Amino acid sequence: MIKLLLMLLLALLARPAAALDAAAVRELGFGDNDAKIAAIAALVAEGDPRAAGLLQAFADGELSTSGERVLVVQGDAGFDALSGAKLEALPEAEAREDVVVNNRLRRELGIAVAALRLVSPQRETRLAAARELAGGADQAMLPLVQKALGKERDAQVRRLLELTAATLELKTGSRNSRIAAIRTLGESSNPATKPLLLGLLEKRKDGSYAEPDAELRAEAHKSLRALNGRLAWGDRLSLAFAGVSLGSILMLAALGLAITYGLMGVINMAHGELIMIGAYTTYVVQGWFRNGPHFDWYLAAAAPAAFVASALVGMALERAVIRWLYGRPLETLLATWGISLMLIQAVRTLFGAQNVQVENPSWMSGGIEVMTDVVLPWSRIVIVFFAAAVLAGTWLLLVRTRLGLYVRGVTQNRAMASCVGVPTARVDTLAFGLGCGIAGLAGCALSQIGNVGPDLGQGYIVDSFMVVVLGGVGQLAGTVYAALGLGFANKLLESWSGAVLAKIAVLAFIIVFIQKRPQGMFAIKGRAVEA
Amino acid sequence: MTRLYGPRGWVAIGAAALVLFAVFPLLALAVPETSGLHLSAYWVTLIGKIMCYAIVALAMDLIWGYAGILSLGHGLFFALGGYAMGMYLMRQIGRDGQYRADLPDFMVFLDWKEFPWQWWNTGHFWWAALLVVAVPGLIAYVFGYFAFRSRIKGVYFSIITQALTFAAMLLFFRNETGFGGNNGFTDFKRILDIPVTTPATRVALFAATGAALIGTLLLARWLTTSRYGRVLAAIRDAEQRVMFCGYDTVHYKLFVWTLSAILCGIAGALYVPQVGIINPSEMSPANSIEIAIWVAVGGRGTLAGAILGAGLVNGAKSMFTQVLPEYWLYVLGLLFILVTLFLPRGVMGLIPGSRSR
Repeated sequence: MIKLLLMLLLALLARPAAALDAAAVRELGFGDNDAKIAAIAALVAEGDPRAAGLLQAFADGELSTSGERVLVVQGDAGFDALSGAKLEALPEAEAREDVVVNNRLRRELGIAVAALRLVSPQRETRLAAARELAGGADQAMLPLVQKALGKERDAQVRRLLELTAATLELKTGSRNSRIAAIRTLGESSNPATKPLLLGLLEKRKDGSYAEPDAELRAEAHKSLRALNGRLAWGDRLSLAFAGVSLGSILMLAALGLAITYGLMGVINMAHGELIMIGAYTTYVVQGWFRNGPHFDWYLAAAAPAAFVASALVGMALERAVIRWLYGRPLETLLATWGISLMLIQAVRTLFGAQNVQVENPSWMSGGIEVMTDVVLPWSRIVIVFFAAAVLAGTWLLLVRTRLGLYVRGVTQNRAMASCVGVPTARVDTLAFGLGCGIAGLAGCALSQIGNVGPDLGQGYIVDSFMVVVLGGVGQLAGTVYAALGLGFANKLLESWSGAVLAKIAVLAFIIVFIQKRPQGMFAIKGRAVEA
Repeated sequence: MTRLYGPRGWVAIGAAALVLFAVFPLLALAVPETSGLHLSAYWVTLIGKIMCYAIVALAMDLIWGYAGILSLGHGLFFALGGYAMGMYLMRQIGRDGQYRADLPDFMVFLDWKEFPWQWWNTGHFWWAALLVVAVPGLIAYVFGYFAFRSRIKGVYFSIITQALTFAAMLLFFRNETGFGGNNGFTDFKRILDIPVTTPATRVALFAATGAALIGTLLLARWLTTSRYGRVLAAIRDAEQRVMFCGYDTVHYKLFVWTLSAILCGIAGALYVPQVGIINPSEMSPANSIEIAIWVAVGGRGTLAGAILGAGLVNGAKSMFTQVLPEYWLYVLGLLFILVTLFLPRGVMGLIPGSRSR
């Protein structure tokens, strides 16, 4: 990116237009460090975007001197630093001397280049430059920043620039402009401004304030309070979003389990591997779309494919193995564990033990920047809605269709359902396939935010069982509440105690909870007693 | 005596003891290495390791085969016993570690200045031996008390034990827990001030494991043939009826559950000095669930079957991981499926005349 920009700028340089400040360019090459810094400031003050290329080349260590001239050397090509014209012959290496860049100069150069980029026509360049300046700008930049602010139309860049300008004014400006600056800072939501305001309120050792003006201090107090409030909201917002996001993922992973385990009573330890199959199906479908024009829409094909692939595998398993173990949950557990081992190894054999790369479609990359430092990634937002859609679809399927009616009937009373003509064996297969298909959808969603590897499912199996156990067996509502609750609890605790301890605390909580309510949050009331 | 085994059974146990305590040590120590009969260190360690697993399998058979409780967290108790012994072994390294410090290397690496509280007194063998028994026993007792009291059973219990070992694994992966994090303990030098890797020490550990195995078998047999064992089997088959008969099933289950955890801890403590490493992956749910398949392959509720199953599966595992490593998971997976579908009584069920349960 920088190289490309440089080319562009150098191409501009090459045009025989008004040249840069010749004295400043000379100083860059021959002056001592202080003179060089002064020259950099002079070039920045001029505000010529072409100087950015030269300064960037300087920062990259491409500046040389040869005799009286200052040169930019890139590989075998040389350019005149002043006019930008390409040299016909590059002087021999012995006849040149590199201009040394030390850390102090590099810092100055970085900020100077950013300042000059502020006037670039591309929004992205300006945004990046404004971000860099917000990190640490120099007093000398103030006029330039204000000039750029005068021309800037983009809201995001403007916000950053206003902040930078306020920071600078706070240090040197007149009393009125300082008060204005404090107010501007109070309106920001950037955590970096907090130390600035705190600095104003600091007390020296002898009890006097660092800032003698009481009115200024009061303003700073007010701004600080507003800022703190906003930052706290930002934290809360990102925490809530992380909770919803994790909850929706857990729900996707557990929803299939709520059908196979919750409704049918089949412990399927291979559930995680069906999620993995969904993720790998997404990977394969992505491969077909790779070089086509519709790559952005591959998910529209991948989601149904993942559903079908996992559902088929699940139905095959039900027919081949699980059917023979109904009513023997412990044996089912062991057999399905065996299945999961074989599926993992099969995927390793087919795709290799390494993770495979699943790319987001372009419309899913990036995110909404709600505040500085609070970015909600599109991929996670999409997954939240996807989870809601899958949940709605499953619910409709269970309560509004004949298959759903059969499934519920078989769950409630298998013998009676069979008596009135429900083909229970087929219903079992289809319901199991449905649960597994939903696992496949979960895999398709997970492939967008995490690694896709043979061990993908292993990480979710304990969590999804916890969701089902916590939610209670026999219905979907419990699964939804349990998933969201666990997601929130996990993220909340994480912000206090770190990820691992949070996980342990949640597991401990579930173990205790099960003591109190062994049937989960939403137990089906009835007379079903263990045989 | 006669209650435990018939004459044939005692002869078999005597023969096994003879092989473990006389023949193998002789082959390993007295027979020169050039001879074809020599038992190399590799085999001594492998058989010793499998005997540790066999003790775990016996412990599992006690609760699964006789009390009908399938634990998917027994790897935790095994690892806890191993860690308790590991702490002692780490202390025995003394100043011979990489950093020549009083503290174990990983603590020096973390810049700790003194032993954390968990390590209190672990320099003494008797304390470590006490921990080997007490820690798994206590954790199992507390966990079991709450679980059995609220009548958690069947699959629910299995899943919660799995969550328990999973949580413990996460905990032990942390450096702050004080047990070496990811790497666990390794590079042991001495046990009871004797170098741990010499052939004689290896054989001694091997014999100790053999003795523990035979002792566990006899204890389990004695327990299961007693009146207590009959109540246990009744609980397995119809817990509610046993309760209606006036038995407090919680304490019956709690006793065998705690005993089983302690046996696992002892097995872990014997395992660590022989294998030379203990790390949190021993607590992974996959390891614990594998224990169940050893018992299932051998045959549940037979005790001898548990030993047989542990030997068969682990023998096959070490063979496959050497020759065809990529196929081992297929074999193990198939074992899980085939045994549950077609061999509900395990290999012991194939032997005519063997009365299971």
